[in-house]
Amino acid sequence: MIWNNTFETMPRDEMELLQLTRLQQVVARVYATVPFYRDSLAKSGATPDKIRSLDDLKRIPFTLKQDMRASYPYDLFAEPLDQIVRIHASSGTTGKPTVVGYTQRDIDNWSEMMARSFVAAGTHKGDIVHNAYGYGLFTGGLGAHYGAEKVGASVIPMSGGNTRKQLMIMQDFGSTVLTCTPSYSLFLAEVAAEEGIDFKKLKLKVGIFGAEPWSETMRQEIEEKLNIKAIDIYGLSEIMGPGVGIECIEAQNGLHLWEDHFIPEIIEPDTGEVLPLGEKGELVITTITKEGIPLLRYRTRDITRIIPEPCICGRTHLRIERLSGRSDDMLIIRGVNVFPSQIESVLFGIKGVEPHYQLIIDREGTLDTLEIQVEVNEQTFSDEIKNLQALSNHICHAIKEMLGVTCRVRLVEPKTIVRSEGKAKRVIDNRKA
Amino acid sequence: MKIEQISIFMENKSGRMAVITDVLGSGGINIRALSLADTSDFGVLRLIVDNPTKGLEILRNNSFTVSKTGVVGVIVPDRPGGLTSILSVIDKNSINIEYMYAFSERSSANSVIIFRFDDIEAAINVLKQNSITLYSNDNAS
Ligand SMILES: [Zn+2]
Repeated sequence: MIWNNTFETMPRDEMELLQLTRLQQVVARVYATVPFYRDSLAKSGATPDKIRSLDDLKRIPFTLKQDMRASYPYDLFAEPLDQIVRIHASSGTTGKPTVVGYTQRDIDNWSEMMARSFVAAGTHKGDIVHNAYGYGLFTGGLGAHYGAEKVGASVIPMSGGNTRKQLMIMQDFGSTVLTCTPSYSLFLAEVAAEEGIDFKKLKLKVGIFGAEPWSETMRQEIEEKLNIKAIDIYGLSEIMGPGVGIECIEAQNGLHLWEDHFIPEIIEPDTGEVLPLGEKGELVITTITKEGIPLLRYRTRDITRIIPEPCICGRTHLRIERLSGRSDDMLIIRGVNVFPSQIESVLFGIKGVEPHYQLIIDREGTLDTLEIQVEVNEQTFSDEIKNLQALSNHICHAIKEMLGVTCRVRLVEPKTIVRSEGKAKRVIDNRKA
Repeated sequence: MKIEQISIFMENKSGRMAVITDVLGSGGINIRALSLADTSDFGVLRLIVDNPTKGLEILRNNSFTVSKTGVVGVIVPDRPGGLTSILSVIDKNSINIEYMYAFSERSSANSVIIFRFDDIEAAINVLKQNSITLYSNDNAS
């Protein structure tokens, strides 16, 4: 099913023409109204009259997360505050948050893109959407909420936390679609098992998961434990919020990025050079319809590649591969680049190993050390020490073989690794302390 | 005659053992024998208790990772060479011992040795054929 045929299946040549027109409009708009862009466009010679083809996008300087912080709170807004109907902010782990403002048209476009995303994930009118994304400054809750309403589904605005109550409502209200972070879905499954709730007896059929990178093996785990289809959704508050891109349920392979609103590029993170189509690098997004806070060539720090082949679902919007991680999540351990999602993938590949783990990185002398804490459950437990030692050795070898890093595995008691009700805190890097 | 042993996964952190004996004690479970095998990070605590089914349930409810293992208890007569004669029977019949530990019986001067064999049925047969007295869960309760 497709929500908006005109736009979602638009032929590529028409799409590119639309993108160019919208790009020219947005460049002219920010040049006229945002001092930051007037300066940077003038300095780099990419003034509005110089943007004649989509290829000229390259001439525009990048916008960085730091630029947003430096513009705190409203300096990047392209509309006066009386045109702004909503303000969100992303939780800054350090210092001030980054602030975004939406005009009514921005909210309408966002709802439209979330509606497309819900439908791509197999949701329709009549579904009961159990929305466990956090409501508040975070864009997840309200973003999913408006999109689900636009589709005509019934939304349960659960927000995060209070897991036992979530399960009760899921059972009693007959929720059919779950929206939350992938790690929270596994936490729900764990608590359900404790409570003796069988997901096979629930009406839940699909889950739309985002806001943190997750692996293909974690998808299998979720699909099995919750007895649903697990769909990957992409978004970031700087660009809009959830619904920048989504997997279609037909292919479950790569996330369609709504190209009538965003132009994606993939760059080499160190040099900033645009990479040839299909190569892996950092995703850069230009918003071409946003009014409140349009961003030109925003560096998302997310690592992915563009899948050039057309998709079986009929949508013409190109797909990005599921994210391998954030460039700022990337760990460098003894010179080897590792994403936590890759470690997760290896762990989930080992029979019986729990989806709850934590990585502790430290430095002994000049050497980095990686400790992986894994909970022992009744499947992996043995009354014989040698079997438990064999389990840790097996994990170490698998990590070494797949990722090329040496690690140490510490088996820990169940429930000792903190469960997250939002984004999971998987990594403790003591080298930065 | 198998007896049921409870095995518990335990991190090497101070106070864990006390937590375990405490939850079992408040649940009315008596510990007859206890043995700890450990490494620098973790250990496996092995217990013989008067009510293994209830003990297991209490531990699970307290979020411990546990398992039930079949072991054999052998009553060792209180005389010189008592243990040696039993071990030589086991050895002669090529029965593999995974681990063993001892405790004293309440009501007599005898010791009880708990054996974990890799082939428990074969081990029980051999011990019985050699008229070695086995300890049962009834003795434990
Ligand atoms: Zn598709």
